[in-house]
Amino acid sequence: MKLLPDRLERLLAALDTLDRGDRIQMLIEFAGQFRPVPSRIAQRPYPAEHRVPGCESEVYVWAEPEPKGGLTYYFAVENPQGISAMALAGILGSSLSGAALDEVAAVPADLVYRIFGRELSMGKSLGLMGMVNMVRAAARQQIQAAATGDYK
Amino acid sequence: MSKGIGERGYTRADVLVSTDWVEQHLKDRDVRIAESNEDPLLYSSNHIPGAVEIDWTRDLNDPVRRDYLGRTAFERLMRRIGATRDTTIVLYGDKNNWWATYAFWLLQLFGHQNAKIMDGGRLKWIKENRPVTRDVPKYQPSNYQAPERDDTRFRAFRDQTLEHQERKLPLIDVRSPEEFRGERLHMPDYPNEGALRGGHIPGALNIPWGRAVNQEDGTFKDAAELRKIYTEENKLRPEDDVIAYCRIGERSSHTWFVLSYLLGFSRVRNYDGSWTEWGNLVQVPVENPSAEARDEAAA
Repeated sequence: MKLLPDRLERLLAALDTLDRGDRIQMLIEFAGQFRPVPSRIAQRPYPAEHRVPGCESEVYVWAEPEPKGGLTYYFAVENPQGISAMALAGILGSSLSGAALDEVAAVPADLVYRIFGRELSMGKSLGLMGMVNMVRAAARQQIQAAATGDYK
Repeated sequence: MSKGIGERGYTRADVLVSTDWVEQHLKDRDVRIAESNEDPLLYSSNHIPGAVEIDWTRDLNDPVRRDYLGRTAFERLMRRIGATRDTTIVLYGDKNNWWATYAFWLLQLFGHQNAKIMDGGRLKWIKENRPVTRDVPKYQPSNYQAPERDDTRFRAFRDQTLEHQERKLPLIDVRSPEEFRGERLHMPDYPNEGALRGGHIPGALNIPWGRAVNQEDGTFKDAAELRKIYTEENKLRPEDDVIAYCRIGERSSHTWFVLSYLLGFSRVRNYDGSWTEWGNLVQVPVENPSAEARDEAAA
């Protein structure tokens, strides 16, 4: 089995080639492209069960099944200064939406270090890992639901 | 709306500057504005024109040992940002100036007293729609000469903190009440940060750092409000020998700043080893009301 979904692997490989300054610029571009969850999926106040535990930027995650399989992942970042969270939301949304669920469920949470570097504070990095874990959990739930026929 | 800084009754009002003051000094050659954040993308996304970045991990910490940078590295940092011993360093940042006060504290270990905090930090500047840029300034490197770092006045280590606790001198735990009670090993909204035991140093007062800040704009509360918290509610006295701690010393540097400069306490030290050291030490005393309650319930 592949280690990471293709689009995510390609994106990480591109980040790996950049020096710190260029990597930061690329991440800021991702943050700039971030689009919050559409209102047809969720509206404020967002339900607590969609909130990422441990994320200081008050991030929420939703997943919607795609017709061809996989899930589309949506995010809300309520802290206007939560730029790292927005960048990660942009990356996860664009690189994991539609990917095979077993691959998404197996994405390691510590990929945040590969994205942002080892210089993240411990609190910040673990908060971002919480976002990855929430996406993985959504994929796992969908796999379980498919196995049991128990779709919500 | 907050009163003007000079009207708030601080002992050292000169260590705070307003966003107005900073905007008026953007081109002042004797002033170096420096942003220090937890989020590594924020400075590059935009910052105050002319501001340099001081990154807490890369610039302020020793890359190998758990310690801060030494004299040579500090000189290198200050030379890079073109500062001299006479330059006024104005610090600001995210998280209500957590990291800015952390950097301010570190400057004091090297005796750079000509330093200030921009009241309200980065968020206030942005909310006021003041100018920002993505241009990274370049300054002519200086020939900054620093003394050796002096850890004696403002920094406390493990053994000193243990002695302090045994002598029942004032300790302030600035973490959240949940962390203090041992119900969690990390602050709200942060996952576990690697301490094996929860709770607090016996005898410590729990005064969360954020109580010193006006939540609506991130500015510091005025002296009367601060005194109410520290000297009235918690019976601390300005002449007390105080040690503050949190998880790694960043939140407690905020409280250190408040007590030392805004309220004029004469002897405050920051125990930067904090709970990530104490909560992992063998045989040091720990008070953990939640574990004790669980034990009693199980008995």
